[in-house]
Amino acid sequence: MTRAELKQKKLDATAARVEGMTLPAGAPWAEALRQDALNRLLSMGLPQGRDEYWRWTRPDSLNAAEAPKAAVFVASEAPVFSGLDRIKIVFVDGVFDAEVSDALEGENLEIMRLSDALSSDIHWVKDAYGVQEKKAQDPVERPFATLNTAFATDGMVIRATGKVAKPVSLVYLHKKETSDAILHHVIRVDEGADLTVLENGPAAARFNKVMEVDVADKAAFHHVRAQGRDHERRAVTHVFATVGQEALFKSFTMTANGVLTRNEVFIDIVGDDSVAHVAGAAMGDGDFLHDDTVFITHDAERCESRQVFKKVLRNGAKAVFQGKILVKPEAQKTDGYQISQGLLLDDNSQFLAKPELEIYADDVACSHGSTVGAIDDEALFYLRSRGVPASDATDLLTLAFLAEAIEEIEDAAIAEDILHRLEGWLKRRRK
Amino acid sequence: MLEIKNLHVKLEEEDKQILKGVNLTVGEGEVHAIMGPNGSGKSTTSYVLSGRDGYVVTEGEVILDGENILELEPEERAAAGLFLAFQYPVEIPGVSNMTFLRTAVNAQRKARGEEELSATDFLKTVRAKAKSLQIDADMLKRPVNMGFSGGEKKRNEILQMAMLEPKLCILDETDSGLDVDAMKLVSEGVNALRDGKRSFVVITHYQRLLDHIKPDVVHIMYDGRIVKTGGPELALEVEHNGYADLLAEVEKA
Repeated sequence: MTRAELKQKKLDATAARVEGMTLPAGAPWAEALRQDALNRLLSMGLPQGRDEYWRWTRPDSLNAAEAPKAAVFVASEAPVFSGLDRIKIVFVDGVFDAEVSDALEGENLEIMRLSDALSSDIHWVKDAYGVQEKKAQDPVERPFATLNTAFATDGMVIRATGKVAKPVSLVYLHKKETSDAILHHVIRVDEGADLTVLENGPAAARFNKVMEVDVADKAAFHHVRAQGRDHERRAVTHVFATVGQEALFKSFTMTANGVLTRNEVFIDIVGDDSVAHVAGAAMGDGDFLHDDTVFITHDAERCESRQVFKKVLRNGAKAVFQGKILVKPEAQKTDGYQISQGLLLDDNSQFLAKPELEIYADDVACSHGSTVGAIDDEALFYLRSRGVPASDATDLLTLAFLAEAIEEIEDAAIAEDILHRLEGWLKRRRK
Repeated sequence: MLEIKNLHVKLEEEDKQILKGVNLTVGEGEVHAIMGPNGSGKSTTSYVLSGRDGYVVTEGEVILDGENILELEPEERAAAGLFLAFQYPVEIPGVSNMTFLRTAVNAQRKARGEEELSATDFLKTVRAKAKSLQIDADMLKRPVNMGFSGGEKKRNEILQMAMLEPKLCILDETDSGLDVDAMKLVSEGVNALRDGKRSFVVITHYQRLLDHIKPDVVHIMYDGRIVKTGGPELALEVEHNGYADLLAEVEKA
């Protein structure tokens, strides 16, 4: 296929995908932003398997005009984060449900439904909606995020003006077998403010989600998300973040099951002396494809970034990691760290990794590593020789493998909750 | 306590016979030392007893307290009261030493149908035992054996032994890599566990460990067999004359 033919194929796929979709109505400025996104999408086109950025994760089912069916899973166990004191915001198949949600309010907190914000004459979101998504198209195109900016039907606009005591907990319920949800959240953490956002639930049969986060100077943003339950679901998500001076950004994702999950994170560190960490623990069993695609740009001095991704795979599960640290010429004293590791519990599973560093500054410390392997026989025997049964020992070593990623969650109660889920996942798969 | 009868073992990967008929009987409360040159089969014996993969028992049996343990999984042997202090203790990143100890203690109690130790009882016990081995709180918190010195690793083995209270302890070259002070500390830890009932098999190259842990019986292993058995004086003989004379004498006979 020539480049021209590939391009044409992408444009055809895009036309088929958006046919019959209409841009949601809103204030003139919002409609203009959406139209701009649609125009950008139509000129770049949706990805194909031939695209370098999608080589290991086939985008076909994400491109398809209709969402492939996904059975709704009924769990006996209470969902993750249930026990936490939080501000709960519920979406059912991608539609905000006020009935089962808490009031959209809290100290030092402004929350508004996206459609309301985009219908207002004046709102700060005017200078934020789709702005980071648009900027992040260079150097690699992220068309699903652009599709999202154009067509997102719901979402939340959240602003923290000081320390927010309770986490804002976005809960995504999946009830219809063929639901196709597009959500877009815009988050602003003002100077010195502190906000935690939690996300959990399968959301829909097919889920496209964008979260744009602006972390101002001296602000802190914590993000913990759990993608689990309904196995047949598909998702493509993007987190875009801009991190100011002396600011903190931390994002952790647990993924258990799901036939297709592509999580992209794009972080731009623009203020000096800041910290940005992204971590993930993925557990796959059988027909499972999980893809973490991360791009962190250092554009300021003395900043630290960490990417910690761990994948536990069995029964033919497949995981992908594409991670990049870009250090711009002026980003001196950058401290960058990236690790991606696959633990294969059998011979049928696969971990594919592409770690990249691109460094233009001369006084930096960047390290990266990527490994794939099985449970360490020596350690397994050591534990068994002390009386720990093989299955317990294997679980213990698997959790130990994930520990470095889980340690990225600062809140002890949240970390405990996540750990408990991972233990449950392993226990249910005991031979 | 322990009876090894005509034990023949070969490597699983290659057709190489390592043990060629080991016979050994260790009575209750006894300390037996096994000495011998490199490659004689000492460590293999300890691995086979503890159930490590990679070895095939072609003949013979190992009876611990009336039960043939060769049929058991490593964890079942541990629960039955067998403990191997490793020559090279394994590092386990991501698992704290404390979690490791508690998991092991409770797994064995569970296997024996006993109640699990409460967190408080466990902490109390582990702190007291760690203190006597000069293992500080930091070593308990750190991942198992990660960044431990050679001496710390061996002390950690003895701590596990003290916590698990096995019936039979096998020490596989516990003296290797230890300086004089560390060897004294480790030996004191072992001696503290001698209660007249617990039995020990001490595998070593050198007599000096046996100055601290006094054996009742000394065996010399060579080419996959125990070729000579005697009292503590046999260890001294090896120390003075080396193995050559002794083995020449054995081969002549």
